[in-house]
Amino acid sequence: MTQASLGESVVQKTVQAQQNNGVAASATHTQPLWLLAEVTYRCPLHCAFCYNPTDYDKHTQNELTTEQWLQALRDARKLGALQLGISGGEPLLRDDIEDIVVEAKKLGYYSNLITSGVGLTEKRIQAFKEGGLDHIQLSMHDITEEINNFITNTKTFELKKKVAAMIKNHGYPMVLNVVIHRYNIGHLREILDMAEALGADYIELANTQYYGWSLVNRSQLMPTKEQVDEAEAIANEFRANPNNKMKVFFVVPDYFSDRPKKCMNGWGEVFMIVTANGDVLPCHSARVLPNMTFPNVRDDGLAYAWQDSPAFNKYRGDAWMKEPCRSCSEKENDLGGCRCQAFLLSGDAEAADPVCSKSPHRHLIDQAIIDSRNPQAVAQPIVFRNDKNSKKILAGELDDRVKAFHAVP
Amino acid sequence: MSNQIKHTDCYALALHHRFQWEEAQQNYVILFPEGMVKLHGGAGEVLKRLDGKATVGDVVADLKATFPDAANIEADIVGMFELALSKGWLRQL
Ligand code: SF4
Ligand code: SF4
Repeated sequence: MTQASLGESVVQKTVQAQQNNGVAASATHTQPLWLLAEVTYRCPLHCAFCYNPTDYDKHTQNELTTEQWLQALRDARKLGALQLGISGGEPLLRDDIEDIVVEAKKLGYYSNLITSGVGLTEKRIQAFKEGGLDHIQLSMHDITEEINNFITNTKTFELKKKVAAMIKNHGYPMVLNVVIHRYNIGHLREILDMAEALGADYIELANTQYYGWSLVNRSQLMPTKEQVDEAEAIANEFRANPNNKMKVFFVVPDYFSDRPKKCMNGWGEVFMIVTANGDVLPCHSARVLPNMTFPNVRDDGLAYAWQDSPAFNKYRGDAWMKEPCRSCSEKENDLGGCRCQAFLLSGDAEAADPVCSKSPHRHLIDQAIIDSRNPQAVAQPIVFRNDKNSKKILAGELDDRVKAFHAVP
Repeated sequence: MSNQIKHTDCYALALHHRFQWEEAQQNYVILFPEGMVKLHGGAGEVLKRLDGKATVGDVVADLKATFPDAANIEADIVGMFELALSKGWLRQL
């Protein structure tokens, strides 16, 4: 699944709030608004840009039970969560999504299923609809192949078309998410055509963010600045045409910006992630951070996890910051960026996000951009996200691909 | 009255949007695909009166009766409709 599809783009700030009771306003007295249930790391696809942890293989044997998920839903709802994202991996590999949907409805969640569509059948979607699932986001994953299929009118595209039609026929809005990288950025017009042909109401063009597998494959996936600019121009041109009804959302890649994103809308501010094995995280890749113990729903309640656990409090607000963030006039805008990106690249979890031009580590980002044009780095094979490669990474066999980072992504 | 919103207009929540009271937050919210807004009290009072039949005029009259002391309430209500419409939370019936 893509981080952008779950992260910053999805939180709409308070509107018309006379007192400042907004989502991002409270540094300490927060309630989780979003529960992200990464119900499984199993997946039939092997996307090179997957941001799931590269060591996910160790979390595929100890998934939470249905009852544990239902309890997590109840507990998070009590804490205030009202948006539920069901993702993975491919959530449809579990056969209890129907039960989760029914419980979500009963509890008053707005439920979102984030799926590649593989495994979505007429029978299941009917059960989801009857159970009260509110929304399905269809991710276009093996996009290069899909685009090829679209252009050449072959089989995967037929499958997507079928799934898209199913989604529409059940009265759902058709929301597409496409991860953008070097191999498809040049096809943006075709992607937009394809989305229209699928009847999409909304398309999210999410530039790859470099975590997990996509970080391992960064040199292979990163487009050039010129490509990104051109892609954005194409997206804008599409939006400007009054004949186009489909809404286009373009997530700008942070590497080509000089300020970081406000990761997860602030650590422990809005999002609570429960992973397949029950770890409770403030951000998808938080397990890369050093000296942290994350709560787990098997041992700790979600109330403890959110309110009292050292992990959720560690980077809340801005008291943990050091320079240049501490005295920075812009710190409210981005809260120093992403802790995981800071640690993975600089080795210091409390450093400013290296994306920031004020960061003493910005050269690491610039170097990565340079490397992505270095024929030698680019010629290295892509490490696809699959069980075999995950086992290899766990066994240290791909160390040369991860040695530049301060933790296994 | 604004040129956009008329007393005789009738609005409902946009498709795929849900409006509900949140006990934990003590306010009304609108939920939609992958997003939400928290509403302050006034906005919630307006939205909860949209039953598919009430016109803007009905809502204004009802709120004036419910909050007789609130000054200039009509302009606030119309402003709320304008905002909600521009955000795509409402659709016109
Ligand atoms: S492999 Fe692809 S489809 Fe599967 S979880 Fe990763 S990004 Fe999603
Ligand atoms: S110095 Fe830190 S707080 Fe300031 S803009 Fe950069 S990352 Fe954000």
